[in-house]
Amino acid sequence: MGVGIEVTNLNAWYGTNHTLQDINLNIPANHATALIGPSGCGKSTFVRCLNRMHETNPIARVTGTVRIGDMDIYEEAKPVEIRRRVGMVFQRPNPFPTMSIYDNVAAGLKLNGYSNRQSLDEIVERSLKNSALWDEVKDDLKKKSGASLSGGQQQRLCIARALAVDPEVLLMDEPASALDPVSTSKIEDLIFELKSQYTIVIVTHNMQQAARVAEKTGFFLNGRMVEFDSTHKIFTNPSDKRTEDYITGRFG
Amino acid sequence: MGGNTRSAGAGEITRDRRTGLGGSRVRSGNKLRSKIRSLIDGAATGMAVLSTVLVVAPLVIIFVYLIYRGASSVNLDFFTQIPKPEGEAGGGMANAILGSAILLGVASAIGVPIGIGGGIFLAEFGRGTKLANAVRFTADVLNGVPSIVMGVAIYGLIVKTHSPFLPFSGHFSAFSGGAALGIMMIPTVCRTTEEMLRMVPHAVREAALALGVSNWRSVLSITVKTASPGIITGCMLAFARVAGETAPLLFTALGNAFWSSSLDRPIAALPLQIYIYALSPYDDQHRLAWAGALVLIVLIVLAVSLVRYVTSRGVLKGAS
Repeated sequence: MGVGIEVTNLNAWYGTNHTLQDINLNIPANHATALIGPSGCGKSTFVRCLNRMHETNPIARVTGTVRIGDMDIYEEAKPVEIRRRVGMVFQRPNPFPTMSIYDNVAAGLKLNGYSNRQSLDEIVERSLKNSALWDEVKDDLKKKSGASLSGGQQQRLCIARALAVDPEVLLMDEPASALDPVSTSKIEDLIFELKSQYTIVIVTHNMQQAARVAEKTGFFLNGRMVEFDSTHKIFTNPSDKRTEDYITGRFG
Repeated sequence: MGGNTRSAGAGEITRDRRTGLGGSRVRSGNKLRSKIRSLIDGAATGMAVLSTVLVVAPLVIIFVYLIYRGASSVNLDFFTQIPKPEGEAGGGMANAILGSAILLGVASAIGVPIGIGGGIFLAEFGRGTKLANAVRFTADVLNGVPSIVMGVAIYGLIVKTHSPFLPFSGHFSAFSGGAALGIMMIPTVCRTTEEMLRMVPHAVREAALALGVSNWRSVLSITVKTASPGIITGCMLAFARVAGETAPLLFTALGNAFWSSSLDRPIAALPLQIYIYALSPYDDQHRLAWAGALVLIVLIVLAVSLVRYVTSRGVLKGAS
């Protein structure tokens, strides 16, 4: 089951560049939350702070508190533990090129020392079904490389790979921006399915996408969060002028 | 007008039709230009083909010449007999083939792990550090050390030194020969490993880290595995290069006219045996030297192909 995320006074830097400034935000459990905003506004940095991927860059720095469920992820846990609880899907599909479809999905478990064959089989099947890829690949799970799939299939494979470690939160950093419309709508259907089981945070450039999949939407601008409210409110009656300008296409 | 010149410059002809100006003049200019273009195209293609031929030709010439001079002496005896005493006809290089295999085994056991380990350090853990720059510089210098110098160095360090800490030290030995070849392999293996690891996309590393995989595990199981075809190629290059080395063996493995598989004693090697026979005054031994050269090349090709085959069986199609 998903858990909520509580962000308090989050600040992040790349070198001397202050990319996130005083973010305060409560992301509800078992819902999809969309983050919108122009390029370079800090959305991606924000989600990377939620699984401590931000700090894998040597010049990056972060302050503030992020609580996922009842755990303060910067005080009470190691990065690897957090990343097992918080899965991530990237902008470009990035399956492990030398691994079969099966091994791609099982990678997170195998690399963390989990080796029960039978339950691995079950987990792989369940994850691929959850990511709506099972029917397309079930016949050559171990024969085909993950890299031999189409772009849209690869992205669903990456979602299956993230789901296989049974996370509570799923972060998606523009998961459909490199995909064609058909694959995009498949990913969106999937997000719709998955949000009953996981807390989903999705960064997107596509405002229609945010409106379609998310209950809550946050608008980021220049490293600050301008507005966070129900998606309906953001897109019909935003309280901030800048949000209105952005969603009506006046800038960005 | 212009209906028959579809290929090049069709756009300009249409424009001319619209303005109605200078149609025929431009058209003949186009014809000339397209002729020049196809001439240049032909010349460039020709140069590329010529270069390809020039690249492949030396190998083909060497191979054909070796077959011409050596093939007649390659027979069963060559692979089963040891060298006959001077002046006696017949004999083979069986002991030298075994010796080369042992020497290369020792060399790979030393050069491959150290080289790959160094490459992983340079690409993954030591990035930008002073130590990494020093290691990289040292590897490049080591790569430039002439092989005879390597032989002399090992002669001084292992063959001439009696040390309880050095195995097989104090006399000529197969081990010292393997060590000399192994050290020669290190820089090639190290630098290709580093280059190949750097080519693994950042996204693949991030994917592993985002799954909660620790950094060292991600490096070993994901990055190195993704780069493994290139790393294997690097190892094979290093292997093939030292397989034909004679100079480092002169003062270390020394050569041996009899069967020996002990790491502690002098051992025969194909390049050494070829060298000895090529210098001899007897025609029969000259023929054996040619045969030895041919067999050496064929064996290297076989060994490299075998390693490629074995290591590529597990890797899936379409992965690279």
